[in-house]
Amino acid sequence: MAVAQAKLDATEARLAGLTMPEAAGWTKPAREEALARLLAVGLPGRRDEYWKYTRPDLLTAPEPKPAALFDHGEPPVFDEIERLKIVFVDGVFDAAASDPLEGEGLEIARLAEAQGADIHWAKDLYGQLEKDGQDPVERPLATLNTAFATDGVLIRATGKVKKPVSLMYLHRSETSDAVLHHVIRVEEDAELTVLENGPAAARFNKVMEVDVAENGSFHHIRAQGRDHERQAATHLFGRVAKEATFKSFTLTVNGVLTRNEIVLDIRGDDAVAHVAGACVGDGDFHCDTTVFITHDAVNCESRQVFKKVLRNGATGVFQGKILVKEGAQKTDGYQISQSLLLDDDAQFYAKPELEIYADDVACSHGSTSGAIDEEALFYLRSRGVPQADAQDLLVLAFLAEAIEEIESEEIADCILARLEGWLSRHRG
Amino acid sequence: MLEIKNLHVKLEEEDKQILKGVDLTVEAGKVHAIMGPNGSGKSTLSYVLSGRDGYEVTEGSATLEGEEILEMEPEERAAAGLFLAFQYPVEIPGVGNMTFLRTAVNAQRKARGEEELSAGDFLKVVREKAKSLKISPEMLKRPVNVGFSGGEKKRNEILQMAMLEPKMCILDETDSGLDVDAMKLVAEGVNALRDEGRAFLVITHYQRLLDHIKPDVVHIMADGRIVKTGGPELALEVEQNGYADILSEVA
Repeated sequence: MAVAQAKLDATEARLAGLTMPEAAGWTKPAREEALARLLAVGLPGRRDEYWKYTRPDLLTAPEPKPAALFDHGEPPVFDEIERLKIVFVDGVFDAAASDPLEGEGLEIARLAEAQGADIHWAKDLYGQLEKDGQDPVERPLATLNTAFATDGVLIRATGKVKKPVSLMYLHRSETSDAVLHHVIRVEEDAELTVLENGPAAARFNKVMEVDVAENGSFHHIRAQGRDHERQAATHLFGRVAKEATFKSFTLTVNGVLTRNEIVLDIRGDDAVAHVAGACVGDGDFHCDTTVFITHDAVNCESRQVFKKVLRNGATGVFQGKILVKEGAQKTDGYQISQSLLLDDDAQFYAKPELEIYADDVACSHGSTSGAIDEEALFYLRSRGVPQADAQDLLVLAFLAEAIEEIESEEIADCILARLEGWLSRHRG
Repeated sequence: MLEIKNLHVKLEEEDKQILKGVDLTVEAGKVHAIMGPNGSGKSTLSYVLSGRDGYEVTEGSATLEGEEILEMEPEERAAAGLFLAFQYPVEIPGVGNMTFLRTAVNAQRKARGEEELSAGDFLKVVREKAKSLKISPEMLKRPVNVGFSGGEKKRNEILQMAMLEPKMCILDETDSGLDVDAMKLVAEGVNALRDEGRAFLVITHYQRLLDHIKPDVVHIMADGRIVKTGGPELALEVEQNGYADILSEVA
């Protein structure tokens, strides 16, 4: 089907404000190819099935909608964790605030600098996982990112990296528009944890491509919060090899528009991939979690656990799919998406999907929306716990299954502290 | 301690009168039992006193140490010293039993203007009390009542009571679903809490619990009223002859 002219015009308008870096070096072919792909499909429009529950307008408009800065006075979420900090302010690398880009078992470089080199390990990955992730569903915002990313980090883990690499996205300008692209390669038997936090910009388009080699282990924990008016589209593309582990958790608090797409390709036998998320939203909050997991190997396990707590008209979206390809026998796929609606105005849209072409698999999925358990609430109150505290306790209990997916207790505590802070500010 | 006067209660959702003028006074240091046939309003009385939604008080009053409680929030009643051991303790997935106990103890202390217990002090007390109720450390770690047997749930109620040290304890059919050994354990837990300054209201269908928790006064409730009050011998009479004799006698 031909792409509507209006859509192409809108795409042109958006691209008018973007320029490819002059010294794109080895990323140039991937960028040019991405631009061609983007022009062929256009940016997402309101009528696209994949954007049925989330309006893409703010993400595709020529200019970002200004987003006010907001300081709730809490320290950055992972401050207690010993980590290697890499700081971007409104999408621009901040060398002074960042740690030296080095560590045992690590090779780190900035995209903006490394792309000038003649040859780089990331050459075969940059834009490649993004491209692979376009089939069977197009993700044009990620393609735009590949073509126009201004910076990002290229991280290669060659051993068991102890200190997490922490990407901090600060937001200082109310009109900033950031496009960052990260590439991560976890080599055989290597281990890496990546943390992400911060509002980043008024509008943020981020792609992270992660390639986990045989028996490698990748852990990703991110916290999206603070500035409520910011708009974000993020894509996490993962390729998981034999016996490898891929785990990602996302906390989303605040945000008028967040679209998080996670696209995983399980390629090697006996691999494990878990993705989880907790989100709490109040008022004009909109959080869309869109997951697509492809099983293309034998005896692999995938798990999706997403929980959303919504009130005062806040909207949650979950689109999650498990595709089990022919021959991907002994697949164990689990998916659960649940929402806790704290009042009648909150909304949750869920579209869970299974598509299975192998005959010896165990896949299950479930999706529920419900109110707070009045019996449990009364039980707690009858023991002297004030109503607001009792409700918070039940909200945290509801989110617990998702938070338990974080393996590091220390990091899980950071996430919990952030949730508790948010809950205490959003009562009644 | 607890003084209930002419209490009339109907269901909020429908026009059904459940309690039709309950008068009851429980003195400090005493154990009162309420027995009665199904549907007589025993459980409703316990729910109304603890502040559960769904009931409307149309007449009468209930005071705890002279203070009117029917207008209070459930948590305020708890802080004032009222405790209901549930007939069906609620399961709360995701909330650890220990977290629950500590949150409750500290919430009540805070409401009373007392200092919160430190984690260490709390742990020490809870372990000791749990041990006497044969509640394992593992049970303390599990989510509240989730996967607990009937007996474990009831013991957990008594543990909460022991930790919260209420003045007025209402036990709603605490013996239901318990075997003899479990009942003994629960009764021992309750007896250990008997104290000059504490009163109990034990709601039960059967005499057998009262073999273990000896009441000072026994009330028979029928059709929303207390119809007869007597000593422990009244419970024995019910056990032998059922309610029919008593009810026809007062009718």
